[in-house]
Amino acid sequence: MAGEVLDVVAEDIVRPENLVYRRPSALLDVDMHYCPGCGHSTVHKIFMEVVEEMGIQHDIIGVAPVGCSVFAYNYMDIDMQQAAHGRACAVATGIKRMLPDKFVFTYQGDGDLAAIGGNETLHAANRGENFLVIFINNAIYGMTSGQMAPTTIDGMVTTTSPYGRDPKTMGYPLKFGDLIAPLPGVAYVTRQAVNTVQNVRRAKKALQRALEYQKQGLGFCLVEIVSNCPSNWKMTPVESNKYVQNVLIPFYPLGDIKVPEVKK
Amino acid sequence: MGEVKLMKGNEALAEAAIRAGVDAYFGYPITPQSEVIEYLSREATKRTGMLVLQAESEVAAINMIYGAAGCGKKAMTTSSSPGISLMQEGLSYIASAELPCLLANINRGGPGLGTIQPAQGDYFQTTKGGGHGDYHLLVLAPYNVQEMADFVKLGFDLAFKYRNPVMILADGALGQMMEKVELPPQLPRENKEYPWATTGKPKNGERRIITSLHIQPEKMEEINLRLQRKYKQMEAEEVRYQTKNLEDAEYVFTAFGLVSRIALKAMDIGRQKGYKIGWIRPITLYPFPKKIYAEIAPKVKGILDIEMNAGQMVEDVMLSVQGKTRVEFYGRMGGVVPTPDEILENFEKMFIKGE
Repeated sequence: MAGEVLDVVAEDIVRPENLVYRRPSALLDVDMHYCPGCGHSTVHKIFMEVVEEMGIQHDIIGVAPVGCSVFAYNYMDIDMQQAAHGRACAVATGIKRMLPDKFVFTYQGDGDLAAIGGNETLHAANRGENFLVIFINNAIYGMTSGQMAPTTIDGMVTTTSPYGRDPKTMGYPLKFGDLIAPLPGVAYVTRQAVNTVQNVRRAKKALQRALEYQKQGLGFCLVEIVSNCPSNWKMTPVESNKYVQNVLIPFYPLGDIKVPEVKK
Repeated sequence: MGEVKLMKGNEALAEAAIRAGVDAYFGYPITPQSEVIEYLSREATKRTGMLVLQAESEVAAINMIYGAAGCGKKAMTTSSSPGISLMQEGLSYIASAELPCLLANINRGGPGLGTIQPAQGDYFQTTKGGGHGDYHLLVLAPYNVQEMADFVKLGFDLAFKYRNPVMILADGALGQMMEKVELPPQLPRENKEYPWATTGKPKNGERRIITSLHIQPEKMEEINLRLQRKYKQMEAEEVRYQTKNLEDAEYVFTAFGLVSRIALKAMDIGRQKGYKIGWIRPITLYPFPKKIYAEIAPKVKGILDIEMNAGQMVEDVMLSVQGKTRVEFYGRMGGVVPTPDEILENFEKMFIKGE
């Protein structure tokens, strides 16, 4: 209860018999550097659950970006490469073209994917590179402490849009998934979130579908996750999840933007 | 003797890449080296299954190499000066992550967009790092079309020996001119497994991580010290150079790449006129053959360094001779190639008439 000091210690609660969810075997048992309540840790977990369930821990290579998730390789117990800022899709192209039978994915934030890496992402999509891009969109630069991102929405306050984003001078928020969806090389584009239990489950399903499509060789898949940044939004985790629901999702509606055509 | 052909330098390099069993070429067209990607697009995939991919930019190409090299594959690119500038960030990452790869810079005149004519203005960029941080490429400077071909396999051997990017630094003329070249034999693509390569976490082993990020300063310093030890080893084991007429030399002409051939001709003309001129050509620009300059310096009246730039290698020559002899520089810039007569004339002006 608010304001009340509870006389319990963590060990009383965190006991094997109380655990509802377990750590997937592909997720390392280490402390994460992510801020409390950050969506990254949830996405890491569900993606590693998918990897475990599909039995592909030894057949997948990931590419970490520059941004908060630069250390993704510290948590995912798989082979990984860390790419220069924005270049994850170029690095992934090099990997997938050399190892076409392996699963390959990039894990990128909005600045990495849509600003500095816009060109690499666009052209990998247009070549129909057969890998998965996990795109965490929290509408802000987290690692550098809260500057405007290409996905920062109209009026949103950041340290470099202190009076709110003004599209007239700062450009409009970029919906990268919608931008690349019409390209013939792109197989699957979906927008998901991890702010509620229901959304977490849907997001996990989307990640699994994307890897299935990769297995079928269908082409470029982008799973966007509308996420939060409690620290730089200066909100509690609960407030930030509400902001995702009430402010971001209305602008970035959830659901599939493009799904592969069923072959007859 | 192997197969002999008359080929452009760029084509010889491309043919040698196929024959060296290279796994992948990622590149972006730029004059004066677009023949490389054109030749490979025609020939490579059908002959060895080598991947040839035209990237959307040099920035993308070098990062594709990072990804492919990180899987333990032989990956390469070629470009020319402005394109090589765009690759510097990627090269810094590749050097730091200790990945092997081969590049060739068919140097054109600069700065800026410059000219498409041959130049050597990228010596500093190539030998001193080029990107951010303390690192070196291992740099090979061919002086004929034969070496444009030979240095491909040598380059990959060195790249994998040191897990370090290797750069062939040539100029537009070496890329464009045709010469007789003896082609190396066709080697198979190796498909070797390396313990550091990310090919999927081993079933009975630790995962592999390719990264250049080490937040703890002590750890990052440790990485730096390891890199520096590697460069020291290169300096001890990989110095390559060629000399002529040093035995009785009173003067030395020194130059790299194409200019070293022009300097060789200038030396011959000078010898006919009675000047005792010797000749040094560094083949590795990094590691630089310091010792040969240090040894010859006290025995000669002076060294003339000739380059197609404003004087870049001459700084390494001066560092090597440590003031033990007079070092002069003659250069042409912006895509102008000096003639032997012009070199000799300037030599006489600097060293003979002044005496």
